[in-house]
Amino acid sequence: MTDPAQSGPPPEQGSAPAVKGDAEAGGGPQEQFPAPPRQTMLDQGWRRLHPLSPLVRSGRGLIAVLALLGLSTSGVFGGSTGSHWYDLALPVLVAVAALVNWFVTRWKVDGATLRIETGLVRRDSRQLPITRIQAVDLVRPFFARMLGLAEIRIRLAGSNDADGRLAYLTEAAAFALRARLLAAHHGLDPATPEPAESVVTSVGTGRLVGSALISAIPLALVAVAVGAAIVAVTPGGLLAVGAPLAWWLIICGSIVWRRVSTQYAFTVAVSPDGVRIRRGLLGTVAETIPVPRIQAIRMVEPLFWRPLHWCRLEVDVAGRLGHDRPEGGGEIRKALLPVGTRDEARRLLGVALPAAGGWPTLTKPPRRARVKAPLSYHFLAAGHDGMLAVAVTGRVRRETTLVPLAKTQSVRLVQGPLQRWLGLATVHLDAAGRRVRAEFREREQEQARALVGELAALSRSARRQASPTGPPPPVGAAPRGSSPAPPPGRAATARPSAR
Amino acid sequence: MPGLPDHGLLSPSPRLWRMRRAEVAAAGGVGSVVAGTAAGLTLGPAAAAIAVAVVIAAALAALWFVRNRFRSWVYQERDEDLIVERGVMIHRLSVVPYGRMQFVDVSAGPIDRIFRLATVKLHTAAAASDARIPGLERDEAARLRDRLAALGEAKAAGL
Repeated sequence: MTDPAQSGPPPEQGSAPAVKGDAEAGGGPQEQFPAPPRQTMLDQGWRRLHPLSPLVRSGRGLIAVLALLGLSTSGVFGGSTGSHWYDLALPVLVAVAALVNWFVTRWKVDGATLRIETGLVRRDSRQLPITRIQAVDLVRPFFARMLGLAEIRIRLAGSNDADGRLAYLTEAAAFALRARLLAAHHGLDPATPEPAESVVTSVGTGRLVGSALISAIPLALVAVAVGAAIVAVTPGGLLAVGAPLAWWLIICGSIVWRRVSTQYAFTVAVSPDGVRIRRGLLGTVAETIPVPRIQAIRMVEPLFWRPLHWCRLEVDVAGRLGHDRPEGGGEIRKALLPVGTRDEARRLLGVALPAAGGWPTLTKPPRRARVKAPLSYHFLAAGHDGMLAVAVTGRVRRETTLVPLAKTQSVRLVQGPLQRWLGLATVHLDAAGRRVRAEFREREQEQARALVGELAALSRSARRQASPTGPPPPVGAAPRGSSPAPPPGRAATARPSAR
Repeated sequence: MPGLPDHGLLSPSPRLWRMRRAEVAAAGGVGSVVAGTAAGLTLGPAAAAIAVAVVIAAALAALWFVRNRFRSWVYQERDEDLIVERGVMIHRLSVVPYGRMQFVDVSAGPIDRIFRLATVKLHTAAAASDARIPGLERDEAARLRDRLAALGEAKAAGL
């Protein structure tokens, strides 16, 4: 399939999408599209990661091991003086493993897929279809940033953290790759340069630090008060209380530090590529979420922020939940606004949910729901219009979940025994993800029944409206393994019986 | 079923009820033998009789519960979506559009296979949407699977 294209493609084939990748490699349509240098740089076929990446990847661990080694050999710990060969074994092993990993890893952009091959013993070849990208993150940890390197993390619906990582590339290459991936994702010519963006909002340092402190100080104060009470009752208890208290305060401090350092200089910008989020103090993260990929948005108003009318926005993209590292990027629940006023939140909602016309009117559940939900009744409310479902839940902090109806995966009605007794039911509107849903809690039973049908119908029409404008879905959502031969052991009876 | 049209309602095979009865009977039989001998050896014959009676009562209660559960299970294939309704204590109704289907899972455990039954489960990208239909006869399971797969392909929508 590759040879005919190289030997001399007829000019009309150059535009056929099926042979495009081959034609580019063969240099056929160069006259038609003079390629900018960036594209040729990325099109050279298999490429390696940056040679310094093993150093950066094993960096932290290596430094720690070396430091320990230095301490132990310098005789600080008494006893053992002089170094043995096996003291060096661990760092050498780590370094060799990182080096081997670098050596066997290669990647390339092949038409509409990004291919990553890695692994020495167990060769692992990943093909990431660019049209199915959920989000692209450009992550620069502190150490990598000093060396001018960056990591690309690609999130696909079925993938977890580690699947779409390219660590590390030079910054220029990372930016170029991101632009290329996003252009291809939107069905444009991959050589399209990164479009201009306009900043929607940014979070000031003062407010960020303030919000983190407000969240942490009550925890610290409670601990101090408990400690003081214990000391007051038993005067000798100071020593016993002191250590855990100090530990607790250190934890509070580290929570504040973590939040400030990961959300520092938080900027949200919007471009035709999608929503851009940039943040970070020492290490920086730049996340790009194509707007149609946003599954749901949550607006959280914690108890202690309420006097200030602050709230937090989180967006969900589809993906499998890995371990959540807020500094790392690549997670599926992303902060769209770490702290901000209601107005800012509304402006961002307009950007992130362009299809939604406005805020639907919310209705409260009937009064008897107080029996079922005594603590959260004061917040409970829900409503929907043709494009958007909004549900408010929460006991001490108010959580408003917004799910675009075009993103609905399923509609469910759940009725527990107590709810049946009260004639109530809860309607769930599920979006892609593990716990991503709008819950219409404690609705009137009959009303909930009708609501299920209505939401299902509205979702269907919203989906119809959305699909022609969205990225081409035909391959994107064909049911995975729709009708495979069932695995023999597990479902022997499920095979279509021969007649 | 208020709110939903009543035509085309399907339920699991009656063999599922037979299978559940067999399961409960087997568990009850084993339980009563074990409890009877244990109580008889340690406390005497009167205790053994009481233990067996308790186990049998529990088995009957389980049977009643299982029957209700079996009867509550209803599904309906509509033009655009599949509806599954189930549950005794907690009543659940799921509406899953065919276009949102990621894959169909047909599974059959060893006991299922003795009774020639299979469970069809519809997966979407949302972890919570549970459209599971147990106790389908093989032909029906295969038909449903093929139909769901075909409809899923025809109506597929991206994430």
